Amino acid sequence: MRFLLVEDNAELARSVEERLRLDGHAVDWAPSLADARDCLAGATYDLILLDISLPDGDGRDFLKSERRAGRDTPIIVMTARAAVSDRVDVLDLGADDYVTKPFDFAELEARCRAVLRRRGGAIQTVRSFAGLTFNPLTATLCVGDEVRELRNRELRLMEILLSAPDRIYSKAQLCDRLFSYAEAVTDNAIEVYVGRLRKKLEGTGARIETVRGIGYRLVAE
Amino acid sequence: MNVAPMSLRRRLVLQLLGIAAVLAILLYLTVRTVANSAAEATQDGVLGAATLAIAERLQGGETGVSLDLPYEAFSILGSISDDRIFYRVDANGETLTGYADLPMPFDPEAAVEPAFYSATFRGAAVRIAATSRTVLVNRQPLLVSVAVAQTRQGQEAIAQRTANLAAAIGLGVFAFAAMLSMLTAGSVLGPINRLAEAVGRRGPHDLRAVDHPSPQELRPLVSSLNGFIARLRGALSRTETFIAEAAHHIRTPLATVRTRAEIALRTSETDAARETLRAVIRAVEESSRSATQLLDHATVVYRSDRLADGPVDLAKLLHGLTRFYGPTAELRDLTLTLSGADGPVMVQGDQLLVESALRNLIDNAIKYSPPEGEIELGLEPRGDRVAIMVKDRGRGLGGRKSSDLTRRFARGDNVGDVVGSGLGLTIVEEVADIHGGAFELTERKGGGTCAELLLPLR
Repeated sequence: MRFLLVEDNAELARSVEERLRLDGHAVDWAPSLADARDCLAGATYDLILLDISLPDGDGRDFLKSERRAGRDTPIIVMTARAAVSDRVDVLDLGADDYVTKPFDFAELEARCRAVLRRRGGAIQTVRSFAGLTFNPLTATLCVGDEVRELRNRELRLMEILLSAPDRIYSKAQLCDRLFSYAEAVTDNAIEVYVGRLRKKLEGTGARIETVRGIGYRLVAE
Repeated sequence: MNVAPMSLRRRLVLQLLGIAAVLAILLYLTVRTVANSAAEATQDGVLGAATLAIAERLQGGETGVSLDLPYEAFSILGSISDDRIFYRVDANGETLTGYADLPMPFDPEAAVEPAFYSATFRGAAVRIAATSRTVLVNRQPLLVSVAVAQTRQGQEAIAQRTANLAAAIGLGVFAFAAMLSMLTAGSVLGPINRLAEAVGRRGPHDLRAVDHPSPQELRPLVSSLNGFIARLRGALSRTETFIAEAAHHIRTPLATVRTRAEIALRTSETDAARETLRAVIRAVEESSRSATQLLDHATVVYRSDRLADGPVDLAKLLHGLTRFYGPTAELRDLTLTLSGADGPVMVQGDQLLVESALRNLIDNAIKYSPPEGEIELGLEPRGDRVAIMVKDRGRGLGGRKSSDLTRRFARGDNVGDVVGSGLGLTIVEEVADIHGGAFELTERKGGGTCAELLLPLR
């Protein structure tokens, strides 16, 4: 996906950019509203991540003017305010969703998916691999005519493995990305989800291989 | 010691009553004096006539003075009252007839008009009229004095009646004045009371200038009140801006820390580094959550006595929250369902506080549910109240009582592995109290917790 990140704090912006790139997204950074307008004039984005306090104005005014001009690129507001009133405020102004800083990237991703799903999935995110097609927005695997639905953790596991087939992921790495940091889990908890995804992958040309003592990888038969 | 100054109404009424009392007493004295002198004038008239009638009958002769007492004169006197009558006729200092001891201190010159005076005679107050005539006796002029006296009982009785009447009139005037002074006080103080009412009626967030029509004398008060309101408004908006700024300045670097830690975790090679980074992320999460809940709790306390009282549609609120928490729940493969919210369900209250409470309940349910469970949100009417229920299949209360867990910073014994501040349920309980509702946590049959927030229906 292609993100426009509107954030004036350079430290945070660089980190968010880097973090989103790790998940394979393209990110343009606009440190001010003026820069954001320039970016929007020159390119189209799947999603805008918008800060509220910016050096040349209030993010909410930008939100309002975008919506009033009929431009409907999905916008997720990143607010540093936690008050309930701020949330109501930005949603009323036309934001698709909001996250409070500091935010969990797994949650941000889930929110992006939910927003794009609500918008009717205008962007093509379907990936094909070894005779299957995977659609993360609808959380489905298609094998020929058969559609298999994935639960959220299966979906995220599939996304991780599919982002780099043949690469070996350790249990710990997968755990860190599947479970929230707030909950304490053992690395073996991942086995359940690997087992389930294996079942969903049955009959396709793809298979999750256990690399003894190291972890798992997705391979094509 | 700080004694409250006397109320304006009391002060005004007392002063007006004082004036009325003085006026009533003056009126009483005037009426009595005038009436007394009128009664005296009547008696004097009759006494004078009687004296003159006797004097007319004096006749001089060769040897002496002869007097034919005119009894009709006495009968006129007797007709006024039952008072006793005395008379005395003197010539050359010698009493010719009548009561020699009737006082006649007056040195009678030959006078046509009678003179009047008051005296005491035989233990009774008397009014005396005296006159004198010069009669020729043996061709010599002889000065004869005539005095007629009458006791004053009749006149005193009249004076008493007059005094009673005067007192009654005085009291009447006083009562009337008192009534008028109450009315006056009311009408004078009316604008003050109306202004106070207009200010008192204002809503908790109404910080507009007071624009109530008020008399000139109250204008300095109104303008200084408006000065205070303007300063308060300024202070509040500065505080709000400050809190928002402070939150922004704390949360933005926290977000950087968290993001950096996540990036480092993705590329970390050793278990030790991984453990450290996970701990960093957990700590950031905890401080962010605590900051949110402290802010929420402060908001609840701050708003509790200046409640934004309005209609709140619980159904709409729950739909919004279900949508918002959908992605969060999805991360743990939890399903959020909502029932009983097809039409509007209205309660009276502060939307922000109710929403804070519900967010804490839903957040808890998501935190404590095992993955792939179901969280049921529901609305259910209960008489004149409505129950908002959040049911999960989590770990339950671990044997703790509902009231234990709603204490500030209290946490269950069975939640050590999950990040939390111990303020969430306190906020819910306080919101319930403020709205005249109730909050209870119960263990569900088959495991899990049912959180129930009861709010009075609108």
